[in-house]
Amino acid sequence: MEKIRHHLTEELLMGYAAGTLPEAFSLVVASHVSMCDTCRAAVETYDMIGGVLLDEASSEMSPDSLEAALARLSDHDHNVEKTDTGTNPDAVLPAPLRDYVGGDVDAIRWRPVGGGVKQAILPTSKDASARLLLIPAGSAVPDHGHRGMELTMVLTGAFEDETDRFARGDVEVATEDLDHMPVADIGADCICLAATDAPLRFNSWIPRLAQPFLRI
Amino acid sequence: MIRIRDHKDREAFARLFAHFAPRVKGFLISSGSDPAVAEDCAQDVMVSVWRKAHLFDPTRASVSTWIFTIARNRRIDLARKDKRPEPEDLGWGPEPEQAQDDGLALQQESEQLGQALAALPSKQRELIEKCYFGDLSHREIADATGLPLGTIKSRIRLALEKLRHAMG
Repeated sequence: MEKIRHHLTEELLMGYAAGTLPEAFSLVVASHVSMCDTCRAAVETYDMIGGVLLDEASSEMSPDSLEAALARLSDHDHNVEKTDTGTNPDAVLPAPLRDYVGGDVDAIRWRPVGGGVKQAILPTSKDASARLLLIPAGSAVPDHGHRGMELTMVLTGAFEDETDRFARGDVEVATEDLDHMPVADIGADCICLAATDAPLRFNSWIPRLAQPFLRI
Repeated sequence: MIRIRDHKDREAFARLFAHFAPRVKGFLISSGSDPAVAEDCAQDVMVSVWRKAHLFDPTRASVSTWIFTIARNRRIDLARKDKRPEPEDLGWGPEPEQAQDDGLALQQESEQLGQALAALPSKQRELIEKCYFGDLSHREIADATGLPLGTIKSRIRLALEKLRHAMG
């Protein structure tokens, strides 16, 4: 696998540890961290800052709270909540994404959006939206800008835009300043996870007309 | 914590409760919870600590950090708005004799972070607190990061080395 070159920003890592990101962004962070040790180490560090802040907080508990808590404990509690994140080294999608898709890439239910590009919208809270995009090898996503923040993580293939080339595991963080037209590598179809907290702004009128129907 | 995990020791739980329940309650109040709700949730969080004790790995997180993550997730559940997917588990464990050293090192790193935070100008520190108490949106956090926290960078490097080491 090519080395991951494009990482998450500090504010996304910190927001994820603090638990304040919209669900769609958390999904991108969890997916990237599943594949990127550098960002995993960073999230662990930001969790640690949370621990430090917890250590300094304090508010007195009522006197009978310990009794009440003890009464709720059972000796058989242990090992009942075995977590199974379904580690599977052969899967294309990282585990958190597989949970949303209900399986690996072959379980994605694609809908055409024109120009050979397909999408699958993932169920998240309304603060931001998340979708999988399939850009056929050599094709482009129409030139667009952003009203908010858009995170795009590559899952298969690669794409290139005005700023750089992005391959599996890489995340592009786009904000209001960036107008771009991502083009998939000629070698293979490119599947991306894209999350945005505001609708995109297309720079020509045809996609703009279709936008309300495509929900992008 | 280890006594709770390995021996289901209720006295150890009572000590852990006395130390952490008020902290969790204080943390939740700072995050905007009503005191009565925070009290109930702090109790819930401590019961979860008991139930999830088998998942506690001292080489990956200090007790404070681990309880913070449980309290944070509880706060997210309460808000019933944005779920927070977890990353894929790495599915590895360190050698037992190395584990103790790692646990100590984590404790030290956590103390160093605490000192670095305490040494920050109060305005920057407040920004970081606001971020963790949920008072900053992800757009506003940018002001809280990019701080001169060299300690954060070096801790990230240490954590990364440990990950590589454990992955072999």
